[in-house]
Amino acid sequence: MSSNGTNKLEKSDRLIKLSLLMIALSAVSVLAIITIFIFEQGLPIMFRYGLKHFLLGQDWYPSEKSFGLLPMIIGSLMVTFGALIIGVPLGLASAIFLTEFSSRRLAGFLKPVIELLAGIPSVVYGFIGLMFLVPFIRERFGGPGLSVLAASVILGIMILPTVISITIDSIRAVPDSYREGSMALGATKWQTVRMVVLPAARSGIIAGIILGMGRAIGETMAVIMVAGNAADIPGSVLAPVRTLTSNIALEMAYASGEHREALFATGVILFIIIMILNTVANMSSAKQRKKGSGR
Amino acid sequence: MSRQAAENIIVIKNLNFYYGQFQALKNINLEIKARRITALIGPSGCGKSTFLRTLNRMNDLIEGARAEGEIWFDGKNIFSPETDLLELRRRVGMVFQRPNPFPLSIADNVTYGLRVHGHFDRLFLEERLYWSLKAVNLWDELKDRLNESALNLTGEQQQRLCIARLLAVQPEVVLMDEPCSALDPVATARIEDLMRELRENYTIIIVTHNMQQAARVSDYTGYFLLGELVEFGDTNQIFTSPRDKRTEDYITGRFG
Ligand SMILES: Nc1ncnc2c1ncn2[C@@H]1O[C@H](COP(=O)(O)OP(=O)(O)OP(=O)(O)O)[C@@H](O)[C@H]1O
Ligand SMILES: [Mg+2]
Repeated sequence: MSSNGTNKLEKSDRLIKLSLLMIALSAVSVLAIITIFIFEQGLPIMFRYGLKHFLLGQDWYPSEKSFGLLPMIIGSLMVTFGALIIGVPLGLASAIFLTEFSSRRLAGFLKPVIELLAGIPSVVYGFIGLMFLVPFIRERFGGPGLSVLAASVILGIMILPTVISITIDSIRAVPDSYREGSMALGATKWQTVRMVVLPAARSGIIAGIILGMGRAIGETMAVIMVAGNAADIPGSVLAPVRTLTSNIALEMAYASGEHREALFATGVILFIIIMILNTVANMSSAKQRKKGSGR
Repeated sequence: MSRQAAENIIVIKNLNFYYGQFQALKNINLEIKARRITALIGPSGCGKSTFLRTLNRMNDLIEGARAEGEIWFDGKNIFSPETDLLELRRRVGMVFQRPNPFPLSIADNVTYGLRVHGHFDRLFLEERLYWSLKAVNLWDELKDRLNESALNLTGEQQQRLCIARLLAVQPEVVLMDEPCSALDPVATARIEDLMRELRENYTIIIVTHNMQQAARVSDYTGYFLLGELVEFGDTNQIFTSPRDKRTEDYITGRFG
């Protein structure tokens, strides 16, 4: 071992470290630039009209200088929670079935198929929703069909791959010794899953739900196609709804002046809502971890 | 050793066990005495754990595993279709090599088995919690920490907790698969003391790689080799005058 050799090694290590740092920094700075740009474009009008005007205003008439975003905020929250109500139970049930109750061969076949679903472009989901779901809702339940319900169902399906695959990974990470200990006490398979495996996998499952939620609140194309997009607070789940993302996508092409600024303000509010949801969810799962997953 | 002639609690007849094509146990015949400690020794891979896990049918969980023969417990063959598997596992409990408390609180760990078997009465659960932790000498140490996660305990405490978790459901037989192999000598000695206490009320079958441990705690010893039960008898007799040459070689350390 010559000291010359180690020196050379150290040098190349330092070079690699430096270039990785540069790459990381540039990735972070792109994100930072985008964020700054959105805030820089959106904040001035929010100060000019007042936060209350945006957050609590119910009328979105850009041509008449009325920029109330409350219908869109409520709309985004409604379809996101609707998606969670539909997608989370389905996703958890599928993941539990695939990890704990199905044969290994079936799980080995189905998991990649489910992950493939994540690769289907959202316009396809929207198209299928428009062709089948919207007419179904219109005929079965009434209303225009283009509705909170339609958007929730489509989004619920779209978040399935995320929820399922992350839940599967976190259930698989639970040591078998827990399962053995439980079964050896005379617990049934289902008791074992419910009382030991799921609590042990909880923080991973929550992370999966957060990612699913992020996907749902950010999804635009599929929602525009099935939601109806009326800028009013929906009176029921059968009423049409417009989300924050739809608001931006629908009007950006022709907006100018204050209208355009108001769309950036929409982006700012979306950004803040996502930050709040993420922080809350992260905090609750971090608290779990710190308690050693004990109850 | 001879308090009074012990009756048989488990009788194993012509037991063969297969993992797929591989035969892990070959024609085992053995009688387990009630309220005695039976030690199983033998080189790695000879089928000790496999044997232990057939007694509460934990091997049922392994795909492609298959048992032949009879195991009589409480007048019934545990392989018969009428066997209530959950009840069998309650009555024939198991302690594992690595302590495996659940990622729940200490109290929830101990009452887990009770809740699984349909007991939810608060007072009853608290009573059993006290009684079980007392039985494994953990109560005084842990009585103020019952709501803490069990994962924060030391290895020895965890293993004791696992034994308490078992005692809570009042088993008759306790199977222990190398229960001390993850513990230091001091903790090991204390767990051995605990085993001697438990012997008053429970039948214990322990797998161990530690020959001194088998000699110290057990009343009977069985020597396994390549899936066969080579020799079984009084622990004194096995360690002082083994009848089989292979047992002697193993005990005197002449085995590979
Ligand atoms: N799940 C399994 N599938 C297939 N073969 C297995 C399985 N478990 C154990 N075996 C095989 O059965 C034989 C007996 O294994 P077992 O674990 O019972 O041995 P052991 O005496 O407990 O060994 P150790 O002292 O190392 O714990 C070994 O040859 C092992 O490879
Ligand atoms: Mg073993």
